Amino acid sequence: MLQQDIASGRLDHEELRSNFAQASPPLAPMQAVMESERCFYCHDAPCIQACPTSIDIPRFINAIGNGNPGGAARIILEANILGGSCARVCPTEILCEQKCVHNLLENGRPVRIGALQEYATDWQMAQGSQPFTRAEPTGRRVAVVGAGPAGLACAHRLALHGHDVSIFDSHGHPGGLNQYGVAAYKMADDFAAREVAFLLSIGGIVFEGGKSLGIDFTLDTLRQDYDAVFLAFGLGKSRSVGIEGEDLPGVMDALAFIEQIRTQVLSDIPVGRRVIVIGGGNTAVDAAVQARRLGADSVTLAYRRGPEQMSATLAEREWAQTNGVSVRFWSSPVKIMHEDGVLSAVAFDHTPLGQHDQAPRREVIPADMVLTAVGQLMDPGMVSAMHVTMRNGRIVVDDQYRTSLPGVYAGGDCTEGMDLTVAAVRDGRDAAQAIHAAFGQDRE
Amino acid sequence: MADLKTEFAGIRSPNPFWLASAPPTDKAYNVKRAFEAGWGGVVWKTLGEDPPVVNVSSRYGGLHHHGRKMIGFNNIELISDRPLAVNIAEIKAVKAAYPDRAVVVSLMVPCEEQSWRAILPIVEETGADGIELNFGCPHGMSERNMGAAVGQVPEYVEMVTRWCKQFTRMPVIVKLTPNVTDILMPARAALRGGADAVSLINTVQSIIGVDLDQMAPMPVVDGMGTHGGYCGPAVKPIALRMVGEIARDPGLAHLPISGMGGIETWRDAAEFLAMGASALQVCTAAMHYGFRIVQDMIDGLSAWMDEKGYQDIHALSGRAVRNYVPWNTLNLKFRTIAHIDQERCVGCGLCHIACEDTSHQAIAVGGVSGARRYDVIESECVGCNLCAHVCPVAECITMQPQPVDGHVTWREYEHSAERLAGCSVAHGV
Repeated sequence: MLQQDIASGRLDHEELRSNFAQASPPLAPMQAVMESERCFYCHDAPCIQACPTSIDIPRFINAIGNGNPGGAARIILEANILGGSCARVCPTEILCEQKCVHNLLENGRPVRIGALQEYATDWQMAQGSQPFTRAEPTGRRVAVVGAGPAGLACAHRLALHGHDVSIFDSHGHPGGLNQYGVAAYKMADDFAAREVAFLLSIGGIVFEGGKSLGIDFTLDTLRQDYDAVFLAFGLGKSRSVGIEGEDLPGVMDALAFIEQIRTQVLSDIPVGRRVIVIGGGNTAVDAAVQARRLGADSVTLAYRRGPEQMSATLAEREWAQTNGVSVRFWSSPVKIMHEDGVLSAVAFDHTPLGQHDQAPRREVIPADMVLTAVGQLMDPGMVSAMHVTMRNGRIVVDDQYRTSLPGVYAGGDCTEGMDLTVAAVRDGRDAAQAIHAAFGQDRE
Repeated sequence: MADLKTEFAGIRSPNPFWLASAPPTDKAYNVKRAFEAGWGGVVWKTLGEDPPVVNVSSRYGGLHHHGRKMIGFNNIELISDRPLAVNIAEIKAVKAAYPDRAVVVSLMVPCEEQSWRAILPIVEETGADGIELNFGCPHGMSERNMGAAVGQVPEYVEMVTRWCKQFTRMPVIVKLTPNVTDILMPARAALRGGADAVSLINTVQSIIGVDLDQMAPMPVVDGMGTHGGYCGPAVKPIALRMVGEIARDPGLAHLPISGMGGIETWRDAAEFLAMGASALQVCTAAMHYGFRIVQDMIDGLSAWMDEKGYQDIHALSGRAVRNYVPWNTLNLKFRTIAHIDQERCVGCGLCHIACEDTSHQAIAVGGVSGARRYDVIESECVGCNLCAHVCPVAECITMQPQPVDGHVTWREYEHSAERLAGCSVAHGV
């Protein structure tokens, strides 16, 4: 009988510790200054235009070079209160750093904007306080549903303006995908939790953990109890691949796998000897690399289309490959196979490179564990708990982040647009500004 | 290969690169290392009367700019703090060991005839090739009525130079301080006193920076600072001007000039030679990188001279002097305009914002569908060059001279009917 090899503790404690430490070491002060001096201080800089939160990048880099890291941090955090985690998780290679003019002079060597941002925000966090002071309380109350990047950014900005905020989240801790859904080595040393504490130190924000919309409270009650509501609960449900065998033991949602890594002792987390990850996004890469770093012997990342269509960036893909993940393109999963109910392999329709005019070949890759990362959907429970206008499975908002319900705003992954942390932060920040402005108009 | 051999005020050296009187030439140990590295000569660090001076601890300050260390440098060090006899013995030994190199001795003693009369024979006995009178040191020694305190009074310069010419057969080079309003005054005084040559510039009086914790000028000596002498690449423009001023003066035209002040590369060297120097001195660059830097100075200068067809130093020296003129001699009809090479442009926008905010609003922002493009509005461009200087990309913005329609100088234009009628001659308006 087939033995399915899924086990925890494949590596010793020391190896696990080093495998899940921060992958890219922070810049030392002298490195930061040297790197800052590479910046040309472009006018109307293309990097700013490429940043969803429009951080004034040349200005903060200049401040670092001038020995003013606190000023640099304030510039970043004024635009993006989660600048620390964005510095760690942003795909800068397709955002600010892609647009850096240094690419045109020395290809592939943009100014290391992300690393410099991390340097400045880390400096500020090490001071133990944030550089903002809350305005006098206004007495206005806002409910924020979802304590991920969008919800936190919105709460902070509202609190800054003196409004009282309650954040509801089904998880016991705030942070959302930053806390639960990103590879541990990107947010090492409890960074996400420390950043949330830093953010909440503005005051005026109450976290209501372990409470789910539609179960513990309803949108109607929020609308009655609060002056405004901001919905930022993300998507919540992983999409299924839609093939036979997905319910076999050993098949797991990649996000759940990542959450285990972020919340449990590393040596307790089971991982297959041979792992297949189905998907082509950053979640797939995070799951694949972490499976390797937990000690999986072989990890294959199978994506049904080619490198151009893959949503994981080239840098992410190369990161996977240097971590020993085998990336297979044009591999469309057909079914997850088993022997007597024990997961044994995944069958793919594979179209070899250059043979797209021919019928795909069937290919069977043996596996002990399958992680699926083919995108997320909005939790149907959430959808039925609200009566807001939806489109393509997401909440529809206008340019002021207003939903179809008066007083109800939304942003982040539960609305349409880029599913990026930095875009969620912008949504939260700008929705807060819209709510604040609406309060001002009420008064008049 | 171009011939770099130099004869300066009768002193021969295999190349024009001498180390200036300063810490690198304070001891035989350093000077031997310099000669081994290829330096053509040295001016030994200034000797004074015994007992020797006492130096303070903490002596140098650096001006660093955007990742470049020591673009400017200053010091509060005095002349040699070793006994005269020690220096004299070492000079003699070094000159004997390196007879083909120039060994010049810098001197500074009180402004009294007896002091100079006493020291000159002692120096002459070493076999040194010449002396350089330190009339330039702007700190410390000047408070004791030496150094720049002499150099700033033309009568003293002339008097001391004359004594030296009287009491020694050695060539006398007078080192000038830049801390004067008109460099021609001490240069003429030196010539009147019989100087064989001048050397310039000595350091510029300076405070290199302020220690904001100790609230004292740097370098800080036990909580206090004093002004120092400024040198390094940042002073090169000041030095070039003063060298050119002397070189173009009809009365001084035949006075040999040893040029110095911020020379760090062969190109700097070529510029000083072109502005009228016929020998060169270097200090800060050697203190920054070590003596090995002379190798590329020699190699680069030689290669460039070959490329340009200058066979020797004499052929090059002073070549730019005739083109160094008063402003009123420039052609008001000449016009140059900026040109942006769109292939090279990276779109940083620095040219635009510099021109827009601070100059002539002559660079327009263009580009369609997010592309960044900057274009010169030629009718608005006055040819100021600002954009070309702020552009971080080599040869992206070039200044393009336009066909010249005539020649009018201010001297010709000042009283012209055209001007008096209120219209502008420039740019054909």
